[in-house]
Amino acid sequence: MGPEKMKEIITDVLKDVDVVIGYKQGFDKLHATPCFINKAEQIEEIIWSPVCVQNLASFLPSLKAKKVGVVVKGCDSRTIVQYMQEGLIDRSKVVVVGIPCTGVVSVKKVLDKVNHQPIEDVVFEADGAILVKTPAGETKLSLADVSPDKCSTCLYPTPVVYDHLAAEPIKSVKAPEDVYKDVEEFEGKSLEERKVYWEKEFDRCIRCYACRNACPMCVCQDSCIAESRDPHWISQKSNLSEKFMFHMIHSIHLAGRCVECGECERVCPMGIPVNALKKKLNHDMKALYNYEPGVNPEDKPPMYTFSVEEKKIEEHKL
Amino acid sequence: MSEIAPKELRIVGFLCNWCSYGGADTAGVSRFRQPTDLRIIRVPCSGRVDPLFIVKALLNGADGVLVSGCHPRDCHYTDGNFYARRRLEMLKQLLPYLGIDEKRFHYTWISASEGQRWQKTVTDFTNQIHKLGPLHSTTEAHSGS
Repeated sequence: MGPEKMKEIITDVLKDVDVVIGYKQGFDKLHATPCFINKAEQIEEIIWSPVCVQNLASFLPSLKAKKVGVVVKGCDSRTIVQYMQEGLIDRSKVVVVGIPCTGVVSVKKVLDKVNHQPIEDVVFEADGAILVKTPAGETKLSLADVSPDKCSTCLYPTPVVYDHLAAEPIKSVKAPEDVYKDVEEFEGKSLEERKVYWEKEFDRCIRCYACRNACPMCVCQDSCIAESRDPHWISQKSNLSEKFMFHMIHSIHLAGRCVECGECERVCPMGIPVNALKKKLNHDMKALYNYEPGVNPEDKPPMYTFSVEEKKIEEHKL
Repeated sequence: MSEIAPKELRIVGFLCNWCSYGGADTAGVSRFRQPTDLRIIRVPCSGRVDPLFIVKALLNGADGVLVSGCHPRDCHYTDGNFYARRRLEMLKQLLPYLGIDEKRFHYTWISASEGQRWQKTVTDFTNQIHKLGPLHSTTEAHSGS
């Protein structure tokens, strides 16, 4: 994948936008961090490699007043489409630089593999291998082993919306029916097992709200009902039912909107599978309303509309 | 829940002002016998019922939740119950994923003239909840920790 081509495109784009959002290197070679560029000399800072994990499209609604260029991977591009469906951005003021992506790394998984040693260097080889250098020595990893779960079922490696493309488009080789395999597998468990599972997971939650803050579709920001006192949906008490309630607020507000970028799960300091709830909702939205978020700008999110005769909803009998 | 006789469970009902609340009133005026486990909350329209109301009720002491509105096409505000139907169906499918029996939540449509139907719905739903038993022994043990 050509960072050089991407830099060329960004040099061009920068001429007629206020700011370009891209990635630069973070505090070590394993971490990338978002960067905001408005001068041509800053372009050299920009990087592109599988450590560029963040969803940069998340910044767009807060920069609505400006003309913005943004670098997106395939999964992140769905965020832009969803923003368009919901009228949260003005597409004419956004220049999308798409990157066909072959998968990113999960920083947590890499650190687990090298026993959380300080990272000295990370080299990505052409065949998909990753060389991680630490004081303890060199470890060779394969990208498939350390990529987040979302990459293993990625259907959109090439952005679904873009103005410029930094490399040749890539076709997905993943089967669409595999995307919700984990949801269906979990549904095979008994009611009691599921209850115990979620109670165990949510009990670890420290309510740092990182999942909400990182979520591109959580656009209420400071007006989030999880923190408001009026109405007072949840209290400061640190007990399971409040934690459970917070996750219900987060996931129900994302019903039929979640683009499955996986940011919630990536930022969770407690390793709670937050994304699983949203995947379940998306699975149902597909089954009930034949809707997939963030794919077609002309679609309407299912909770924003209705049909008089719902073909898939049957009346429930007692 | 020691203050409540063991026989009675807590069921929360969200009823729309224009149809189902009227239906419940009709049932009362007609002196139909009904179980007393249900506590009714009157809402302007079934479209007012946020799925989170139901979750909050189930997490905070209710053993069952019943939502009832006008029949589709009969909504006082034209389309409130159409939106409600989509949201409530979404929740109905989500609850079992979390390990909460979907039978604890029921939504239906009852008009102001259907006193008899209201009586039947309440009786059947209450029986269903009694068959499942109380929801809260486990959650309460956790909330103390």
